[in-house]
Order: sequence, then C-alpha cells, then structure tokens
Amino acid sequence: MSESDIPSAYVRDKRTPPPSREELRARIPGWGVDLDPADRPSYPRLQYPADTGAHWDFPERQPGSEGREHSIEHAFVTPVFGTAQPLRGPSGAIRRYAYRRFSEGRLAHWLLLVVGDRVDAWEHHLQSFVSGRPDVPASGVRTESTHGGVRSRRGRSDVRHQLLDPVVVTGPWVAGAGVVVLGVRRLLRAVRG
Amino acid sequence: MRAMVYRGPYQVRVEDKDVPAIEHPNDAIVRVTLAAICGSDLHLYHGLMPDTRVGHTFGHEFIGVVEQVGPSVQNLAVGDRVMVPFNVFCGSCWFCARGLYSNCHNVNPNATAVGGIYGYSHTTGGYDGGQSQYVRVPFADVGPTKIPEWMHDEDAVVLTDAAATGYFGAQLGEIAEGDTVVVLGAGPVGLIAAQSSWLMGAGRVIVVDHLEERLEKARTMAYAETLDYDELDDVVVELKKQTDYLGADVVIEAVGAEADGNFLQQVTGTKLKLQGGSPVALNWAIDGVRKGGTVSVVGAYGPIPNAVKFGDALNKGLTLRMNQTPVKRQWPRMFEHVRNGHLTPREVVTHRFPLEHIAEAYHVFSSKLDGCIKPLILPDAA
Ligand SMILES: NC(=O)c1ccc[n+]([C@@H]2O[C@H](COP(=O)([O-])OP(=O)(O)OC[C@H]3O[C@@H](n4cnc5c(N)ncnc54)[C@H](O)[C@@H]3O)[C@@H](O)[C@H]2O)c1
Ligand SMILES: [Zn+2]
Ligand SMILES: [Zn+2]
Repeated sequence: MSESDIPSAYVRDKRTPPPSREELRARIPGWGVDLDPADRPSYPRLQYPADTGAHWDFPERQPGSEGREHSIEHAFVTPVFGTAQPLRGPSGAIRRYAYRRFSEGRLAHWLLLVVGDRVDAWEHHLQSFVSGRPDVPASGVRTESTHGGVRSRRGRSDVRHQLLDPVVVTGPWVAGAGVVVLGVRRLLRAVRG
Repeated sequence: MRAMVYRGPYQVRVEDKDVPAIEHPNDAIVRVTLAAICGSDLHLYHGLMPDTRVGHTFGHEFIGVVEQVGPSVQNLAVGDRVMVPFNVFCGSCWFCARGLYSNCHNVNPNATAVGGIYGYSHTTGGYDGGQSQYVRVPFADVGPTKIPEWMHDEDAVVLTDAAATGYFGAQLGEIAEGDTVVVLGAGPVGLIAAQSSWLMGAGRVIVVDHLEERLEKARTMAYAETLDYDELDDVVVELKKQTDYLGADVVIEAVGAEADGNFLQQVTGTKLKLQGGSPVALNWAIDGVRKGGTVSVVGAYGPIPNAVKFGDALNKGLTLRMNQTPVKRQWPRMFEHVRNGHLTPREVVTHRFPLEHIAEAYHVFSSKLDGCIKPLILPDAA
C-alpha cells in the first residue's frame, strides 16, 4: 500500500470529499432545505411550545380510576387513562400483583406481565372452543397461497428462522392439547374409581 | 362497530364492539376513514410487548372524521376531518410543556417509562386503537390536527407515525453537511429517514436491508445506495470498507426489536423470548458508526433488557439519541416538505386491505409477502 492509498481513517481528511452542493441539489429534490441544525423541529430537545392547545394547568380527572392498576412509580392513576380490557380472571390477578408489588425497574414486573399475557391468551382460547368461534393457532395464513408465500421468500435469510415459526406458533397448542388429554384421562380414571 | 381484536400471539380477527363513548370532557370520538399497520404493531402481534391483553384493538396510525366531542373541547367540531398523532398526550405536564409529547406523564398510568400510544397494549396506557370503525381520542384540543385541503389522505395517514418517525430519526442523527448516513431497515420508517437525511445535508446515504423490493424503493424514492445483508458475510466490515475504514458519521437504526441477520439472537430474542427482542440491528449500528459518531435509534424496543454492546458504544465515544417520536412537533415543517414534494410519504404504501381482512393483512405484512412495504386498512370497505 503506497502512502496515497492509505484509507481516510488513518490520515487527517476524508480522501473523497462529498459531492458539491450544486451537484447534490441537482440530483436530489430538496437537498439541504433543513441544512441548519438549529432550525430543525426537534432542536433543541427541550422547547417550550407557545400553545399546545391545552387550556388547563392540570387536566380534569377522568372518572372511574378507583381500583385501576397503575405503576408504583406514579403518584396516582393519571388524570386520563385507557379503559379497554380491565383486569379480570386469573390473568388479571397475576397482572395486578405485578403492578402492585414491583416497580418498572424490576425485571419481575415485566416477566409477570408476560406470564399474565400467556395465561390471558389461554383463558380465551379455552373459552373459544365452547363458543361458536374457536381460535386457530395462526390467523391469516391463507395468504401464503394468495400472496405468494413461496415466491416472496425465495433467497431470504430470515427463512431459516421462519422455519421455526410453525413450531413456535403451534408448539404451545400441541403442548396444551397434551395437557388436556392427560387431564381428561386422569379425570376419567378418577370417576371410574 | 367492527374492530380488529387481538386473540393471542399471531392471532387477530375482526369482532363487533361497542362504539367508544366520551369518558373525559376533552375527549372526541373519531370515525376512522383510513388506518394503517405499523412495524411497531408487529411487536404486539408477535407477543413481545408485556401486558398486551386479549380483546385489545391495535392501531396508532389513523385519520378520520370527528363524530362527537366532549363538553370542554374548543378546537374541534363534529364533521372535522382530522389526522391524529400516534401519541396520546395532555399538552400540559412537565414533559409536554417542554415539547416531549411522546413522554407525556398524564396519560399512561401503567408505566412512567413510556407515554401514551393508541392501541398499543396496556404498557402504553390501555387505549383501544384505530384499526376499527371508531376510536376514542383523548385531549382532542391537543393531539389532532385538521387535514389540510391539499393533502392526500394516504400522505396524512402515513404522517401520523411512520413518516414523522423517519424525519425525527434523521434529526436525532444530528446530521452535518456532507455526512455519510447509514440507514438500517428499509421499512416505511427507514425509507423516510433516508429521504430526510438528504434534506439535512447528507453527502451520502446508504440503506441496509435484505428485502429486494424495499431496497429498490430506497434507490428510487430516496436516491440511496443500498446494501443487501443477505449477500454479505459481515455487514459491519462492508460498512467500514465503504467508508474508507472510518465507519459512518451517522447510523439511523430503523429496525427495532425484531431484527434479523443473526440466527441466535433472533431465536433467543423473538422466538424463545429469552431477551427483549433481538438487538442485532442496534449492535450493527454501534459497530458500523465511526468513533465520535451518532447513532439514532427509532427502531422500537420494549421494557425487557437486550444484549446491547454498550462497551463498544462507550469506547467509541458515541452519541446515542433515541425516543418515541413527538409527532405533532414534526408536522408544520413536514407539511411544507410534503407539499413541495421533498418528502413523499404515500410512496411507501403498497397494499390496501378492508378491515374484515385484518388477519390476512397482518400475516402478509409480518411475513413480508408479496412485496408489502406498508399496508393500509379501510374500515368501511366491505
Ligand atoms: N420511535 C418511534 O416513535 C417509532 C415509530 C414508528 C415505528 N417505530 C419502529 O421503527 C421500526 C421500523 O418500523 P417500520 O414500520 O419501518 O417496520 P418494518 O417492519 O416495515 O421494517 C423493518 C425493516 O427492517 C429490516 N431488517 C430486519 N433486520 C434488519 C437488520 N439486522 N438490518 C437492517 N434491516 C433489517 C426488515 O427486513 C424490514 O424491511 C420498528 O421497530 C417500529 O416499531 C418506532
Ligand atoms: Zn408505529
Ligand atoms: Zn403531557
């Protein structure tokens, strides 16, 4: 390697200077319209917007916050909150415990919430089998035939781990079915004496 | 009304639900006319976000018509056509008062570490979202904006999140004139980040992904150079070669917690869920940027820890910038850019599904079938 081939990182200046402003403006619509870093909407990070539309110092409180779960890093249930899917059943008990006992700083908080999610899903899957609309392990898979499942994946590296998807997706269902079968057998045995 | 509903990992369907009601004096109810699925929704769909409840309606990218307003609403009237930022925010807390709308403290009782987001689990406040015929919009005087007459609906819906996030991501990169900018991920967010990098004076923009149709879009819509990581033995080495062994001045990470490219990380992170998703792209960003450079992270990560190469970031003296996007803060300037044709959000849209086909839409987008880059959801179509 002769001196002039030594890459930029090892010398003072970039060996290939960037294209000129004129060249970039000619090639790229709008090049440089936000050139000044001090004139970009997110600069500086903290700004005091003149008017956010809020006409209160502290918002009026939404009714119905009694008993609603909240992070213990909050002083109270925030004045506005979502009311979708309130806690219920065994998954609700797990989640309530996660909120009441552990702050967001504790891994246990999040892992319990994940456990709550899996329990929630299975509560509903089981209910769905006695409803008119049973859950299926994966929804939308028919698009594999209508939207080119094979064609779309040709040569893609993510196919390697997507091969695991059927196992990841249906595995818990197979395991669940196994548990149900065993349970039913035990029950029958117990009933028969 | 009809609404998308989560049933468990990989399972969504459409159900009948009650039309939402006004629950706070500053609420509005919006009839959704157009919605979208975001890359972030895939984290919920795959069961990666803690406290995602069965029955939850996803959707934080939507536009619509004001159907009803609460008694204290002053800035909106029934019949207004509005675009709604994905953030639920109050406009008055310590954080909102400083423009940090995505970090609002008054709307998410479930967590202090994240603000409020529509249809994005209880970890972001437990609000049902907009992949639905109607949605409750809290703080109607603060969040929504009337859609300008000249604006195309598809631009408006992409501006509610994906486009604003791409533009915000480029700003977090603190791009200086002539910088070499690498964008990881050529999804809707990465594509707009690449377009935006030029507006801020980049001298070179390189987009990395492995989906050919997305890389093609990066070349045509964002005039970028592209790298397909499936064709490379080691992306980081290639980035070093491409930048004369300096590394990129700025790397924008627009991939998030489901990054591919490392089998072990994918399997432990997103399949077995032993860590909070896969940090592959974030680590590529840390390795691929030059010393003293800036990594902008807009790819989403959840609250569960990841195996991030923090030591390299320290030893390289990097600046790491990141946040959920405070969307409304980006809009006035972005509206100009869209009007002048400098940003073209709706170019990312490839598919349009009726709400009734929501399960199909999720599968196609999640598995990246049929060249899908951005799917829109039409709530009224049969
Ligand atoms: N910060 C925010 O406010 C905010 C807002 C919107 C979206 N997001 C996040 O931004 C990310 C991108 O969103 P999107 O809608 O464009 O998603 P998307 O799923 O459409 O795009 C992600 C792209 O990354 C590619 N990819 C995967 N692994 C990669 C790797 N190792 N290197 C390079 N590319 C890789 C995929 O092939 C895909 O094209 C998501 O994580 C989303 O959650 C954040
Ligand atoms: Zn999003
Ligand atoms: Zn606030």
